[in-house]
Amino acid sequence: MKFSEQWLREWVNPEISTQELVDKLTMAGLEVDGFEYLGDNFSGVVVGEISEAEQHPDADKLQVCTVNVGDASDEPLQIICGAPNARKGLKVAVAMIGAVLPGDFKIKKAKLRGVHSFGMLCSETELKIGEDSDGIMELPSDAPLGTDLKALLNLDDHVIEVDLTPNRGDCLGIRGIAREVGVLTQQDVTEVTPKSITGEVSDELDIKLSAPKACPRYLGRVIKGINPEATTPQWMVQRIERSGVRSIDPVVDVTNYVLLEMGHPMHAFDLAKIDGAIDVRMAKKDEKLTLLDGQEVELTEDTLMIADNSKPLAIAGVMGGEHSGVTTETQDIFLESAYFDAIAVAGKARQYGLHTDASHRYERGVDYKLQRTAMERATELLLDIVGGKPGNIIEAVDKDEMPSNGHLTLRRDRIKRVVGVSFSDEQVEDILTRLGLGLNANDEGWDVAVPSFRFDIDNEESLIEELVRVYGYNKLPIRKPQGEMAMFMQNENRVFKNLLRDLMVNRGYQEAITYSFVEPKLQAVLEPAQKPLPLMNPISSEMGVMRTNLLPGLVQAAQFNINRQQSRIRFFEMGLRFETSADELQQIPTIAGLVAGRRYIESWSGDGRKVDFYDVKGDIEALLNATKFRFDFVPSDKSILHPGQSADILRDGKKIGYLGKLHPEIQQKVDLDLDTFVFELDLEALSERKLPEFKPLMKFPSIRRDLAVIVDENVKGGELIDFIVKIGGNLLTDAFIFDIYKGEHLEKGKKSIALGMTLRHPDKTLEDAEINSVVDKVVSGLAEEYQAVLRN
Amino acid sequence: MADLQEIIQQAETEISAVESLPELEQVKARFVGKKGLITAQMKQMGTLPPEEKPKFGAKVNEAKKEVFAIIEAKQNAIKTAEINAKLASETIDVTLSGRNSEVGGVHPVNRTLRRIESYFGQMGFSVAEGPEVEDDFHNFTALNIPEHHPARAMHDTFYVDAGRLLRTHTSPVQIREMENSEPPYRMIAPGRVYRCDSDITHTPMFHQVEGLLIDESTTFVDLKGVLYEFVTHFFEKDLGVRFRPSYFPFTEPSAEMDIECVMCSGEGCRVCSHTGWLEILGCGMVHPKVLESVNVDSEKYTGFAFGIGVERLTMLRYGVNDLRLFFENDLNFLKQFN
Repeated sequence: MKFSEQWLREWVNPEISTQELVDKLTMAGLEVDGFEYLGDNFSGVVVGEISEAEQHPDADKLQVCTVNVGDASDEPLQIICGAPNARKGLKVAVAMIGAVLPGDFKIKKAKLRGVHSFGMLCSETELKIGEDSDGIMELPSDAPLGTDLKALLNLDDHVIEVDLTPNRGDCLGIRGIAREVGVLTQQDVTEVTPKSITGEVSDELDIKLSAPKACPRYLGRVIKGINPEATTPQWMVQRIERSGVRSIDPVVDVTNYVLLEMGHPMHAFDLAKIDGAIDVRMAKKDEKLTLLDGQEVELTEDTLMIADNSKPLAIAGVMGGEHSGVTTETQDIFLESAYFDAIAVAGKARQYGLHTDASHRYERGVDYKLQRTAMERATELLLDIVGGKPGNIIEAVDKDEMPSNGHLTLRRDRIKRVVGVSFSDEQVEDILTRLGLGLNANDEGWDVAVPSFRFDIDNEESLIEELVRVYGYNKLPIRKPQGEMAMFMQNENRVFKNLLRDLMVNRGYQEAITYSFVEPKLQAVLEPAQKPLPLMNPISSEMGVMRTNLLPGLVQAAQFNINRQQSRIRFFEMGLRFETSADELQQIPTIAGLVAGRRYIESWSGDGRKVDFYDVKGDIEALLNATKFRFDFVPSDKSILHPGQSADILRDGKKIGYLGKLHPEIQQKVDLDLDTFVFELDLEALSERKLPEFKPLMKFPSIRRDLAVIVDENVKGGELIDFIVKIGGNLLTDAFIFDIYKGEHLEKGKKSIALGMTLRHPDKTLEDAEINSVVDKVVSGLAEEYQAVLRN
Repeated sequence: MADLQEIIQQAETEISAVESLPELEQVKARFVGKKGLITAQMKQMGTLPPEEKPKFGAKVNEAKKEVFAIIEAKQNAIKTAEINAKLASETIDVTLSGRNSEVGGVHPVNRTLRRIESYFGQMGFSVAEGPEVEDDFHNFTALNIPEHHPARAMHDTFYVDAGRLLRTHTSPVQIREMENSEPPYRMIAPGRVYRCDSDITHTPMFHQVEGLLIDESTTFVDLKGVLYEFVTHFFEKDLGVRFRPSYFPFTEPSAEMDIECVMCSGEGCRVCSHTGWLEILGCGMVHPKVLESVNVDSEKYTGFAFGIGVERLTMLRYGVNDLRLFFENDLNFLKQFN
């Protein structure tokens, strides 16, 4: 809500500065977004009259004007002007030499194509006081020469913009803001109370309330024979324009003025376009209406309409129809002042792609007792401005469906209970009475009657809020919370995400946060098997679907950085992926990574090796080891990955993630220049860890034995080790591979694996015979299972 | 007798010319070896009268000791020189960078989240999480935002279908928490939230921490206390704060908390739009209707909720001037927080 301070001060005029005023509003919950002094924009601009206008000798589009500025200058000024509307006899805004225009633009003596110019004739946009840039301002013919334009235009005013919360619909008018200021500054408010006007003509329309829940009260009035030549007075134009509403014609201006003043929307129809009676009803199936803004809308049946006997006229509380709107031809009008239920109007404007001053107010609620006052106010103003003969007010009301005054209870104890401090009865009564609430003391506190304009106050807490709001939140003490020193359970076997995060960071990974909604095409490339969940109203098509894995964001982050000369990418991200493969959407906490480029940062020591599968696997194993559970890596058939360099990660046989090199075709499709490794793991599988279990330390020395065996090159090293551990018996405490060889000294299709084994007995030093028996068991087992041959 | 002194002097001269241990061994043999010059003197003793023998013997021993001392000193000197030479040959350029020193870093938003979690953790708040594709009930209805409420329009909601949406705040987590456990509640819910808005000061995804404290005697002045403590610790400064009335459907009374601008210390600057104040979070006493929607007795229990914008705090803490940087994942940006 934007408004003129002058206008407000006509209603309530506390002796405080503008700054103090806006501070008070802000601290009472009517947050002032900003305020602007209108007279700040320019100086040195006065009223002048063009007494001569001649063609410039050397320029087609310029005129040499002689401008009389009265006492402001000893003699008439010669000013060159390019505006087409500059003409003899016109009263104009003259920026004299030394004037300063918006943007700190100083007016100096100038020479245009050889002719001197002693000033400038200004347009509205040049002075930043309006939108009209078609030509220079045309001032009223009675404007006194030499008058400072700021005085003429009443610019010694501030425009204050309040960012109202949706509960304060009552402040969407000067009336509401004035009441609030009155309460905060303890000043009386001068209410505008229009007189009741008796009809001079007998014209009436029947009004039928076919949807009384949505519209329980509808007031209409005919005004006949308005003056089509009338113009809106300057003071009214200024006020509505300072509220950000464009002046259109006197009738519309008056309805807008009442809307801004009372906070109550009005509408005016061209009486001649109404067929028979008014029916306030829900829209019919397939009904259409062309609105004032020219667009034709197809109405849905849940839309409340103003209709006549044959057609819809307006969407109630949102916008009128083009056909029945007031035009320059209009002679007789039908004025509407209605109470529409907020729920009936809510969302309707948005549904039709609209947002109007009326819908903004009806959605938030209007004073349900204000319809007659608004009607009388609009009538009064219209008769002043456009004349005509009014009819009587026609009122249709369904009393059963009208809201009634709220009656609430406020308990002293509850105030203390919610706020934390007590208020005296005097304080409570003073503040709430000032707010217009009716208080009646009872044993526990008060019975409170809520006036119709504070329809937002609907429970005890809202009364308490009003009390402390006006008292001042800041005056309340700051108290450190008291309470039990309750520890919360922190299971030690839970792996907190921060532990995993730190592990990744310590291994050189940079954490990324990428959008959860991604480009459908990129997602399809990186997860061909799933149809991702689309958004109904995405911000753009590049953010159209919920990611089914974390790769699209990471790939984009990699692209972004590779394109900026980064040669080493190590990203990880934690977040949800949105899987659609099951019947129901699954939102699965995931940790994912993308690695490309150098293994190490570039350095003098020169390990320029590119990252490979085992580098990334090592990082993942570091994560998995944090849990102390066993995970298995098995070759993966995931189509986006290199078939020979990809693994699924299993826990207890269940797939919990994967790792691998991006398939070269995919890598090319997603436009990555570097070989790229990716992984994803379900965080759930990493969320639990085994607690340490102590085992007595071994006292006797361990023995190491090495073996080299030749096996088929397809034999998987991991499986081989598992097998050795299985058959090695209790004395074998560890087995591992320390070298793998393929090449010229071996038969084709074979490889040599060098194995290290550690043996140990808990109670004694092992003897050769015991050691050899284990080694023999392993050798013969390997020979049987893998046709392994000992290498000499 | 003069011979002995001469021999010592000769030994001294020769030893001082020696440069290596083998050379020194040779010199040593020549003077104190079995056939050495001093040993030879000892042999002269047989020619002396018996009463002079002890005196002479002592002198020779004296001389021998002296030569040994010279030799030992030389030996040490040579060893030290050799070690020094070896060390000198092993000298490297210590100003070159070490190997593989690079660690990664936590995203600045999560860095802030961790700090927030830590402060509230100290006050006994546990951390809860919830789904991001949320249903209408938990995101709106249970929070006292019925279907046609104008506050819904403020939320610029992304819809998935008629009943599901991307959560617009992490407040639904508090509903889920209250549905599934008994009061008192003391929890925070950090996480991603989504709003259909994108410009220089809005990204369609951002992070929020929702906090909830419900107990039998929690009041508005406690709310002020908790949040005042929080900002003081977060910014490590005793900042001026103010609480302004505001409106959220799920709290009443509702407030917004401003802090003294951390950029200009309240003097007024571009960041605070020359007001000296920065809006930092929204909060309020949980609306009785919200408690009733999860079957908590609003007469017995009261409490407060608050919502903190994580990106905003991060920007203020580290002076980041563009919100969109957080989701570009430019390494040049992210590494500044490592």
